[in-house]
Amino acid sequence: MPRFNVMENYLVPRHSILPKEEVDALLSRYHVDLSQLPKILMVDPCVKALGAVPGEVIKIERESPTAGLSYYYRMVVEERSMV
Amino acid sequence: MVSYQYIPKKIGKIQFALLSPDEIRKMSATKIITADTYDDDGFPIDMGLMDPRLGVIEPGLKCKTCGKKVDECPGHFGHIDLAMPVIHEGYTKMIKELLSATCRVCGKMKLPLDRIQYYQDKLKEIGSIALNPFYFQSLSTQIRNEAMSVSQCPYPDCGEMSKNITLDKPTTFREEGHKLTPKEIRERLERVPDDHLPFLGLNPEVSRPEWMILTSLPVPPVTVRPSITLESGDRSEDDLTHKMVDVLRINQRLQENRDSGAPQLIVEDLWELLQYHVTTYFDNQTSGIPPARHRSGRPLKTLAQRLKGKEGRFRSNLSGKRVNFSARTVISPDPYISINEVGVPMPIAMELTVPIRVNEFNFDLAKEFVMKGPEVHPGANYVIRPDGQRLRITDRNKETLVEKIQVGYVVERHLMDGDIVLFNRQPSLHRMSMMAHEARIMDGKTFRLNLPDCPPYNADFDGDEMNLHCLQGEEARAEAKIIMRVQEHILSPRFGGPVIGAIHDHISGNFLLTHKNPMFSKEEAYHLLSRTSFRGNLPEPDSVDENGIEYWGGKTVFSMILPPGLHLQYGSAVYSGPEDPPEDDTWLRIDTDKNGVSFLRSGPIDEKSIGAFKGKLLEKIVRDHGSDIGRQFLDDATRIGISAITLMGFSTGIDEEDIPEEAKLRISETLDEAEAKVDDYVNKFNSGYLEPLPGRNLKETLEVEAMRTLGRARDTAGQISSKYLGLKNSAVIMARSGARGSMLNLSQMSGSIGQQAVRGERIHRGYQKRTLPHFKPDDLGAAAKGFVKSCYKKGLNPTEYFFHSMGGREGLVDTAVRTSRSGYMQRRLINALEDLKVHPDRTVRNTSGVIVQFRYGEDGIDPARSVRSDPVDYEDIINMAMREVQ
Repeated sequence: MPRFNVMENYLVPRHSILPKEEVDALLSRYHVDLSQLPKILMVDPCVKALGAVPGEVIKIERESPTAGLSYYYRMVVEERSMV
Repeated sequence: MVSYQYIPKKIGKIQFALLSPDEIRKMSATKIITADTYDDDGFPIDMGLMDPRLGVIEPGLKCKTCGKKVDECPGHFGHIDLAMPVIHEGYTKMIKELLSATCRVCGKMKLPLDRIQYYQDKLKEIGSIALNPFYFQSLSTQIRNEAMSVSQCPYPDCGEMSKNITLDKPTTFREEGHKLTPKEIRERLERVPDDHLPFLGLNPEVSRPEWMILTSLPVPPVTVRPSITLESGDRSEDDLTHKMVDVLRINQRLQENRDSGAPQLIVEDLWELLQYHVTTYFDNQTSGIPPARHRSGRPLKTLAQRLKGKEGRFRSNLSGKRVNFSARTVISPDPYISINEVGVPMPIAMELTVPIRVNEFNFDLAKEFVMKGPEVHPGANYVIRPDGQRLRITDRNKETLVEKIQVGYVVERHLMDGDIVLFNRQPSLHRMSMMAHEARIMDGKTFRLNLPDCPPYNADFDGDEMNLHCLQGEEARAEAKIIMRVQEHILSPRFGGPVIGAIHDHISGNFLLTHKNPMFSKEEAYHLLSRTSFRGNLPEPDSVDENGIEYWGGKTVFSMILPPGLHLQYGSAVYSGPEDPPEDDTWLRIDTDKNGVSFLRSGPIDEKSIGAFKGKLLEKIVRDHGSDIGRQFLDDATRIGISAITLMGFSTGIDEEDIPEEAKLRISETLDEAEAKVDDYVNKFNSGYLEPLPGRNLKETLEVEAMRTLGRARDTAGQISSKYLGLKNSAVIMARSGARGSMLNLSQMSGSIGQQAVRGERIHRGYQKRTLPHFKPDDLGAAAKGFVKSCYKKGLNPTEYFFHSMGGREGLVDTAVRTSRSGYMQRRLINALEDLKVHPDRTVRNTSGVIVQFRYGEDGIDPARSVRSDPVDYEDIINMAMREVQ
């Protein structure tokens, strides 16, 4: 059965896995460690489609009428957790 | 820069545990055995509920346990040994799970050894519960469900069949109908082995499950339940003490009866009564049992009631605290103070104080305040010595105090003109509900508020009260002045326009002054400007009459208060479209001449220019010239408006809605026609000839058509009447300029009130098949379904009046429901967002430094500085560039 790919829907902003070097640059730019990034569940349809594993960072490019392109970064996690 | 976050200390772990009976006895200062409190001489009885070893509440006495005095002694627990065990009401759910998940004979969890091993390994894997509470929770539920579904004890040496356990709320357990006594339950729980407990979230080192069944009860210290002495000398005990008395009495009776070998039935009854008292001692709102009541019939406030809800310890005493240096009184209007100011009544000014630290520069001034004492206005109430001792200034000791004052002392002087204070009106729904004002001390007993400040506070003067807080530190004052001052909040972050602006008469006045440019003599023109900040001479007169008397137009007068360099044009509030002839003077245009002076060329100043929420001119001035000039302009514009309305005169009355007989005739014809048309639809409906609209059935079609026809008839009636209501009419001036009221209000007064609706439909409820007995059953016509033909001026007939009240009531109910619902929504939002803040790198983070947004709002735009919904005023930039090219 051909699987439905959410990433192709026009309402879903562009998701991609952020390369390792860029993750480090991101973390130093915002003076944070990995755990202080927003989280995204591994079972998220986009994460599943990308095949990302926990600890990787997903880059989301969102379009907005006021900001043009805005970037958002979320770390893939296995399940909900505190902190 | 390492991090924006500095976390001085982190909570390592929190552990919750059960109190064991041993521990209860160990921490107890005394066993309580008698239900009496005081003897006949008023001394506390030993081993009674007010035993002196439980702490001290009377000043001067020393604690028998720790030897400390009142306020030093924290109080000490006592305990009651219960004759028979009772269930702790708060743990019934857990007890039920434990009973169902374990074997009724051997007490082991009903899981085979390999499953137990498997789950133990899994638990070891996550280490501590604290590391992943969510995961633990789901694992624990899984284990519990698995064990509860097993019907036979899997251990070969037992193999007992399990029985179904039910919980009869609140505290009765049954095993297949047979009642389990707390004693039996306790015995079963005792059998559960330690290493099976972690699966249910219990740490056996600190919490054994049998401790959920109470055998001894801690008695809180007297400091927790102080008795109060009434004026009559009688003692009144705390609710908790009353409850403890109940527990002790029944406990005693139970013990006596049991020991004397009373019939089982009596013992059981007493046991149940003891259970009831212990349950209500913990929570007097336990569902399933009647709340314990005071002799007067008032329900007792027991432990849970002290903590729970809005009036509970958490929300009322921990999250919310009462403050000093604040005042509250009724507000009243004062149009002649600045929007930045607040009028403070003298009695309040002499009670609120500002601390000033004495130094060599203000030494004499400080002395002067103290010398005046507490009863003369700019005086002082207290002197604080460097050692922290507060000395009250009185008329008798002020001379001696003045001599003592040195550098380093603090003098608490009275509130004076110009002091920065915070002013607040509840409900505080947005940040403009609390703004910084400059105090202005006045006679009278009310806070005075300038009218443009009403919209942000949502205040009016029908008895509203407001709170004022006097700031006590330099940093607080500086911060308030820079970020909380009223003028800094003219533009709202909600929609990027002004929330503070001219209202009511300010708008009528400016409209009268500027519309069609009336002429004013020199005296009048200067009089109009006399209350404003305008200083200087009028320009060349706009006209000179045959007697050589000079006249200035209202637009010229208004232009005097405009800041320089303005270029604006837009349709005013009375503007009704591009075909509007220019002689109507409704298109607003403001230009700047070559000297940079702004001038109002055409159009009236009305709500669209200076009004709260809509004022474009005000918005432009605040945005381009800053809040200082913006405030100045608003103060000037409101004052010139009031000068104009008082100079020119303005009044309205019921005859404002008079329309000629012929108009009334035409209106009634229109309404009759509409009614006939509705009757026509009804006939068609009844005879089955009505064509249904797509997607609707016949009945719905009829309703839609009737609503539309009658709605249109009301509009037509309004149009007819408004033809006779021109801009000479005061009511129309107010409605069209946006000062107050609407054209709909006027047409309902002079034309027709129109269809009344409940839940968006014509009125249909009431009697069987009809709304009122005045109509025939199944009458679907206009009048029978709530169409009000009359106007307010003519008056409503009885059926119309009734329908109108029905519609009116719905509105009232809606507002009541809406406020409570949105209040709760707001509370949840506040709790979720309260500790998010924008950091210097423009990220939004919570208190542990976790990023929520990488830029504020994902676009980094401050809505208060954006133009309505756009980040930049494109049109204005283009116009500016165009002017430069020319």
